[in-house]
Amino acid sequence: MKWRYLEEKVFQGLMIAATLLAALVLLIILGTILFKGAKALSLEMLFRLPKGGYYLGREGGILNAIVGSLQLAGGATLLALTISLPIVFYLNYFTRPRSLWPIITRFSLDVLWGVPSIVYGAFGFLLMTWLDLKASLLLGIITLAFLEIPIMGRAMDEVFKLVPRDLLDASFSLGATRWETAWKVVLRQTLPGIVTAILIAFGRAIGDAASVLLTAGYTDNLTTSLFQPVASLPLAIFFQLGTPYPEVQQRAYAAAIILTLIILAVSFVSRRIARHYSRHLVL
Amino acid sequence: MNLARFRPHISLKNLNVYYGNLRVLKDITLDIPDRQITVILGPSGCGKTTLLKTLNRLLDFVEGVRIEGQVLVDGEDIYAPGIEVTRIRKKMGLLSQRPQVLPMSIYDNVAYGPRIHGLKDKKKLDELVERYLRIAGLWDEVKDRLREPAGRLSLGQQQRLCLARGLAVEPEIILGDEPTSALDPQSSQNVERCLVSLKSQYTVLLVTHILRQARRIADYIVFLYLGEIVEHGPAEQVLNNPLDPRTKAYLSGEIS
Amino acid sequence: MASSWRIKKELLAHKLVSLASTLPAWLIVIMFFGLLLKARPLLLSQSLGHLLFSSQWSPFKGEFGFWPFIMGTIWVTMIALVVAAPLSLLVAIFLSEYAKPKIREMARPMIDLLAGLPSVIYGVWGILIIVPLVGRFLAHLCGVSSSGYSVLAGGLVLAVMILPTITHVILEVFRVIPQAVREASLSLGATRWETVKLVVLREGAPGILAAFVLGVSRALGETMAVLMVVGNVVRVPRSFFDGGYPLPALIANNYGEMMSVPLYDSALMLAAAILFILVIIFNFLARLVLWRIERRRT
Repeated sequence: MKWRYLEEKVFQGLMIAATLLAALVLLIILGTILFKGAKALSLEMLFRLPKGGYYLGREGGILNAIVGSLQLAGGATLLALTISLPIVFYLNYFTRPRSLWPIITRFSLDVLWGVPSIVYGAFGFLLMTWLDLKASLLLGIITLAFLEIPIMGRAMDEVFKLVPRDLLDASFSLGATRWETAWKVVLRQTLPGIVTAILIAFGRAIGDAASVLLTAGYTDNLTTSLFQPVASLPLAIFFQLGTPYPEVQQRAYAAAIILTLIILAVSFVSRRIARHYSRHLVL
Repeated sequence: MNLARFRPHISLKNLNVYYGNLRVLKDITLDIPDRQITVILGPSGCGKTTLLKTLNRLLDFVEGVRIEGQVLVDGEDIYAPGIEVTRIRKKMGLLSQRPQVLPMSIYDNVAYGPRIHGLKDKKKLDELVERYLRIAGLWDEVKDRLREPAGRLSLGQQQRLCLARGLAVEPEIILGDEPTSALDPQSSQNVERCLVSLKSQYTVLLVTHILRQARRIADYIVFLYLGEIVEHGPAEQVLNNPLDPRTKAYLSGEIS
Repeated sequence: MASSWRIKKELLAHKLVSLASTLPAWLIVIMFFGLLLKARPLLLSQSLGHLLFSSQWSPFKGEFGFWPFIMGTIWVTMIALVVAAPLSLLVAIFLSEYAKPKIREMARPMIDLLAGLPSVIYGVWGILIIVPLVGRFLAHLCGVSSSGYSVLAGGLVLAVMILPTITHVILEVFRVIPQAVREASLSLGATRWETVKLVVLREGAPGILAAFVLGVSRALGETMAVLMVVGNVVRVPRSFFDGGYPLPALIANNYGEMMSVPLYDSALMLAAAILFILVIIFNFLARLVLWRIERRRT
């Protein structure tokens, strides 16, 4: 009889232990990186380019990587948005949900969502040979956009599904076309959700290293053309850790802090937006 | 009619329930008679469901709830410290607004309670399942498909399954939270009939806002309005000669 | 006039969005056949069975046996799943069924944050904490010597990475289970744990399975974090403390040289194709299982 209560206590204990462990790991991750990188973090790192001998521990910063990452992720997010927004319009307003194509498209998005970024990287490399391009900002943007499309598409699809049927009917019954309804009514209603989806995809893109490694190359300078190679933060961290000099490794940790801060800011902003705008929605 | 001949099964003494700062039940003092159908009548939002959940301590899981006063079941304070909550809940079967079958077979739904309380014997379980499905008037409809998921039954059948499931833990009290509100008229009638046939052995406490249902089955009526007991007494008296003007207004359909 | 322009716009929009909607499917097809096309020279020169199951890997001699890499991938993924699955389930049950709402609301953004951290960060952390933990502590405990750069380190870093993702999905699954089902069980005198075990887990089973699948497919393809701690040794791992070389690490580490060695580029594209197929098969199986569970229920 009392076994029932004992069992409950045992499992409750396990759960609390697991949760504490997870919280501890989060603290350790943020703690170690802060601790290791704080010493090397400086304004010089943020606002200067690597000078000659930077990777031997001499002067300079990682402005190239910061700017490059923003260029890559920003461009990719823009490209992915222009492709995935029509896709979700189609899925939700231009077709009947039980017909074949939307099922195929949704399934494809699911599959693509699970495709590892290194595979996108390999595919980007294929594109490079097919299109006779070099490793460049353009190729990096295209590859990252492929990575972002399923993330954005699925997130926006979920948002669009939540739009009340009555709201659509109200618009249709005023004589609006599907396009007008989607563009003028739905977009306004779902804007916070869309912005959140965009930010999530942006966060994934800016942190991704594997696909960029194969397609975007690396440079110590700022990139001014789509056809030049471009630096990125994750690779800056990776390469600096690979050097044998402790000073340079420390800069890798500092770069990790910068990347984490960017991700934190993105996730904070998207949370804020979601919370702020959800008050004005018709539900 | 004389109230003194009822033996109270549940006694509420100065019960107050707060959600945060909001007082949803106000100073409820009430005796619920043994082996009768007591109907708590009142418009929606008057605290009926809260009152039921106070009785089987399901309110424990709602955040920010504070309960003052006493709830005695068979003379025992169910909010006393150290009380075994599962034993209290086992004493009361609950029928919710929408029938809530558990995600398992018809058989396992009925056997769920007895198994939890330690019954392992296959034969005894079989007997038990059959007995309670019969009492709920469901046996003939489901005897050939006991292994099917309970979700495949119609809503009316599901509600009777819930009744059988509740009875199988051998409670003394049946709590019904508008148990017919999701059902069609035919199924509602089936459930009502079951409840009436059960009152010889069980104390039935039913929450409803359907006046005619109260007329059909109630022995004893409690009229609850805005968290207060306005009036209570034997059914004929409250329904035919209400004393309080608010009860009169409710019965004539002016407030609902 | 205005009206006909509106209709034209509608028709044009219809055409455009229909076209766009075919893109995901095309992307899969083109990616798959593109990778295979590039791998063709290698596939023509050696039998597929030999490529997959041979352990000989020396690109300069033209020997490309993928078995060590396939096993490396399986090792780290399995370790990650075995560690992360029970932990994330326990965390999710605690947060959804036991914790006070305040704690739950605090935990959600934390979990999302962890799920969103870049893999390089996990890799850095893995080098700083996990590798020494495995090399100096766990290896000693088991009486072996190890540098720490091992499949165990890779698996543990992966486990930490997929834990928040899995937990997040399971929490969503639990949230849509109606409170009334729990109350039905509790009102029969079940304890909270019995309710979780017999009702919540049962009702949530397909969703929990989906969460695990998601975790596994993330683990299968994770590159940088694993690459940084797994040792990158070309051999089939025999124990937790051996180094390994998962497929994604193979591609990332060698893309620089692949144009200079014959057939090397084919081999790396084949590695990507294998990874792609693994992920697709895995998703497909999971979907099949989910579909069957759903059908049996209703």
